[in-house]
Amino acid sequence: MNGGFSEFFNRNDYFLITPAVLLALFGCGILLIDFLHDTRQKFMNALTALVGLSFVAYQLIRIQNQMDAVQMPELAGLNNSLLVDHFAIFFMLVCVAATFISVLISVRYMEIEHENHGEYYALMLFSLLGMYFMITGMDLVTLFIGLETMALSGYVLAGFLRGDKRSNEGAMKYFLLGAFSSGLLAFGFSLLYGISGSTNLQTIAQALGQRSSGDPLASLALLTTVTGLLFKVAAVPFHQWAPDAYEGAPTSITGFLSTGPKAAAFAFLMRILLVGLAPMRDSGWKPMLIAVAIVTMTVGNLAAVTQNNTKRLFAYSSISHVGYILLGLVAGNETGLKGIAVYILVYAFMNLGAFTVLVALRHGNVIGDEIEDLSGLFFRNPGAAVMMLIFLLSLAGIPPMAGFLGKYFIFLSLIETGHTGLAAFAVLYVAVSLYYYMRMTVMMFMREPVEREPLTLSPGIRIALGLTLAGTVIIGLYPEPIIQLATSAILR
Amino acid sequence: MDFFREHILSFTLFYPLVGVVLVLLPKKDEHVRWLANIWSFAGFLLSLPLVFWFDKNADGMQFQERVNWIPSIGATYHLGIDGISFLLIMLTTLLGFISILCSWSAITTRVKEYYAFFLLLQVGMLGVFMSLDFFLFYVFWEVMLVPMYFIIGIWGGPRKLYAAIKFFLYTLVGSVLMLLSILTLYYAYHTQFGQYTFDIIDLLRVNLPRHTQIWIFLGFFVGFAIKVPMFPFHTWLPDAHVEAPTAGSVILAGVLLKMGTYGFMRFALPLAPLGASDDRIVKLMVTLSLIGIVYGALVSLMQKDWKKLVAYSSVSHLGFCTLGIFAMNPNGLAGSLVQQINHGISTGALFLIVGIVYERRHTREISEYGGLSSIMPIYATLFMIVTMSSIGVPALNGFIGEFTILQGAFEANHLWAGIAVSGVVLGAAYMLWLYQRTMFGPLSNPKNQSLKDLNVRELAVLLPLIAWAFWIGLYPKPYFDILEKPVAKIVERVHPGYYAKAAAAEHATMEPQHPAQVASPPDASAEDHTAHAAAEAGAAK
Repeated sequence: MNGGFSEFFNRNDYFLITPAVLLALFGCGILLIDFLHDTRQKFMNALTALVGLSFVAYQLIRIQNQMDAVQMPELAGLNNSLLVDHFAIFFMLVCVAATFISVLISVRYMEIEHENHGEYYALMLFSLLGMYFMITGMDLVTLFIGLETMALSGYVLAGFLRGDKRSNEGAMKYFLLGAFSSGLLAFGFSLLYGISGSTNLQTIAQALGQRSSGDPLASLALLTTVTGLLFKVAAVPFHQWAPDAYEGAPTSITGFLSTGPKAAAFAFLMRILLVGLAPMRDSGWKPMLIAVAIVTMTVGNLAAVTQNNTKRLFAYSSISHVGYILLGLVAGNETGLKGIAVYILVYAFMNLGAFTVLVALRHGNVIGDEIEDLSGLFFRNPGAAVMMLIFLLSLAGIPPMAGFLGKYFIFLSLIETGHTGLAAFAVLYVAVSLYYYMRMTVMMFMREPVEREPLTLSPGIRIALGLTLAGTVIIGLYPEPIIQLATSAILR
Repeated sequence: MDFFREHILSFTLFYPLVGVVLVLLPKKDEHVRWLANIWSFAGFLLSLPLVFWFDKNADGMQFQERVNWIPSIGATYHLGIDGISFLLIMLTTLLGFISILCSWSAITTRVKEYYAFFLLLQVGMLGVFMSLDFFLFYVFWEVMLVPMYFIIGIWGGPRKLYAAIKFFLYTLVGSVLMLLSILTLYYAYHTQFGQYTFDIIDLLRVNLPRHTQIWIFLGFFVGFAIKVPMFPFHTWLPDAHVEAPTAGSVILAGVLLKMGTYGFMRFALPLAPLGASDDRIVKLMVTLSLIGIVYGALVSLMQKDWKKLVAYSSVSHLGFCTLGIFAMNPNGLAGSLVQQINHGISTGALFLIVGIVYERRHTREISEYGGLSSIMPIYATLFMIVTMSSIGVPALNGFIGEFTILQGAFEANHLWAGIAVSGVVLGAAYMLWLYQRTMFGPLSNPKNQSLKDLNVRELAVLLPLIAWAFWIGLYPKPYFDILEKPVAKIVERVHPGYYAKAAAAEHATMEPQHPAQVASPPDASAEDHTAHAAAEAGAAK
């Protein structure tokens, strides 16, 4: 280590960016080997992606073990622009799991769409690479670059069905509003830099702490930054892109977008709000989040009731889940943050599980995104229907499915911090959400099937269903390990 | 055997769950039917040892099992029963078997799923009555909604989807608000004792101001009142009952509604005693109960649909049960629980009786029937007995329950008893009128002339219930003995020093004790209940 770089980088820096390096290598590798495969061997791309993801997961766990070995709660690297702690590892593992499952469900789907190109999987890995920097970044520039890497890959993936008008339209909206919100966020970041003279979140927090509470510049910075962040998590009133992007994107990508990037966006949001903007909590972003959470739950749940397209329905349902997760930040205590971590993990499993079933419906000319396409699923494939029921009940928060656990922590945190009214408001929307989830159940169990032939599941779908079902049911019945994991992620 | 005895609750609880898997295996519907019936009958037999092993003199919970489940949030797998849950569990296992037996010829489509859902429902119901941990309780409470939703939604009548989702949503709204009350108690325990626990016996130690307890009570109230259902939360009930298949109605009326009243007795009263005994709350509860009694009876009088009539009569009968609970004295509470059992027996039987003719004629319009007693004499006789049981004729069970409740209400407030009595009168009116319109008169409708009388299976379904009705009616003492201790605990909890005062008053006036009086001061009366519960919790650990 006597080379020219060693004065800038130390071993720690290399160690901490290995997951990102692995993702970049495997992504580029897929782009290269894609040329070697003929059309029937394209599944090898997916396989390569899965291998890459496994390496990344392994490497993340190694970093965690290293942290435990040197008994450091966090490892900072690259001149403090990167910070890896249990929190980052936890969220990154959720993102890796979400990507893993999304790759599994994509193979058959993209074959049917005749769009099974290597870029697809490469873009997923690049998107995950962006997520890594969103989650671990401690520096505005790193965070922003991570965000854009993630988002740019996402725009292309959402518009991957080039022949489909809806896919193009959705991707376009996603791109335009995404670019707009990135602009807002960049504006906010520049103001934060102006206030503090630094791009480091901790320095920004110190600078903001010294300002008086009504400072106009700080308020403007807060407003633009938080608005940009809320765009990224698709909270109302900054959600308009989500239903169109979700509807147009390939179903497997809809599942991916609603879990992986969402988890990363929440980690990103929590890092900025809880570290950088921490001094502005009580008079600044907390009241904003209360208002946004209330309208998000209201609009998300009520709009979902009227949807007849399952992907749009899930878009609105995912918006409503964002409302619940934001409530954990409103409470902001240990239980609330633990609740967010558990919620996001569990949500990745149950939502991807539901999307796996939707993806399985795709065959021949049936896209499988209308609620009618679910009709009589029980007669065509009882196993898939029962699993879908479990995912839906979990999404609605019915115990003993895992979805209840996330809601449990969020509601408890609200009660602990004295937000009883807000808690009462939030629980009542659980009943509304049950209504639209049950509409799908009615289709699956109580309607005659439109087409008689049984529905067959591809191996990828089977594995994905197994993983998501295990996640939803086992975490629901025995959540102790997950709760401890989430606790260690939150306690620094 | 010892192992079985120590874990009898777990065995009883999870035995039906094994059945859920087993009934999915056979290929032929006929085999599924036999398997489900045998399995559920064996489930009933499995719970019978409880009758012999249950110790009515023991204080506190019996057959306790406690295993850590989610230590980091303080949730445990904690089961245990006292007299109140014991009786309801026996009702559940019996009605669970009866409802499966009565579905033999009524259910011809999707037989496997039907029995699987019924067995799953059984697990949920038993779990609710056995749980001594709020987290566990809440899981069972919600789990049970799903199979019931499907039973109504798949095998129900013409408006089944509407009725099913209405049932699900109503109950869910109540239970999520109840969850907030649970979490408030849970958090209060943590602030006071520095430890998270969902154990109900531990939570009894929480000390909260009256104001907070009123809110906690109201959360419980919404959850349980919807389930009971109390007026004005009853509107899901007629829909669910009318659309549900016969067995669904039997279970719904027989067991599911009792979860609400059970919830009041087990959770709402002991855990928020200051809230529950607050003057405004008591007045509100009693008023709603009295409205339920009279309103339910009046609406029953107006019904043209046989099943809907029975459904509304449930509202009236459950009004008695809640009136007894909120009289908050030993007679009221014990009477209420006996009446809950009675309602399970007699209304369960009434739904079976409707189901029997519905299976033959496929209509429930009262005007379609008339004069059935001439061609279905056995049926008419049994229906007569059940009617008598429902309207509270002495020597049958209904009398014992209603009389004790009225006695309790009278002790609390003369006016309450006065209004409630009108419900008894109206009850006799609508039931007897129903009987007259369907069983007596000329057999004018040609479609009815070839109706067959009961077959052996239908007799087997009804006779156990009728036997039980006579048992309670003629010799209710064991029931009141079993209930004495748990009821005394609740009363001490909401009215500390009640028994001491009652004893003093009795001593002063030297009045002879009434034979049906259950308020004999038990030895536990002077004991501070809080300390007692704490000691018990310690022992359990």
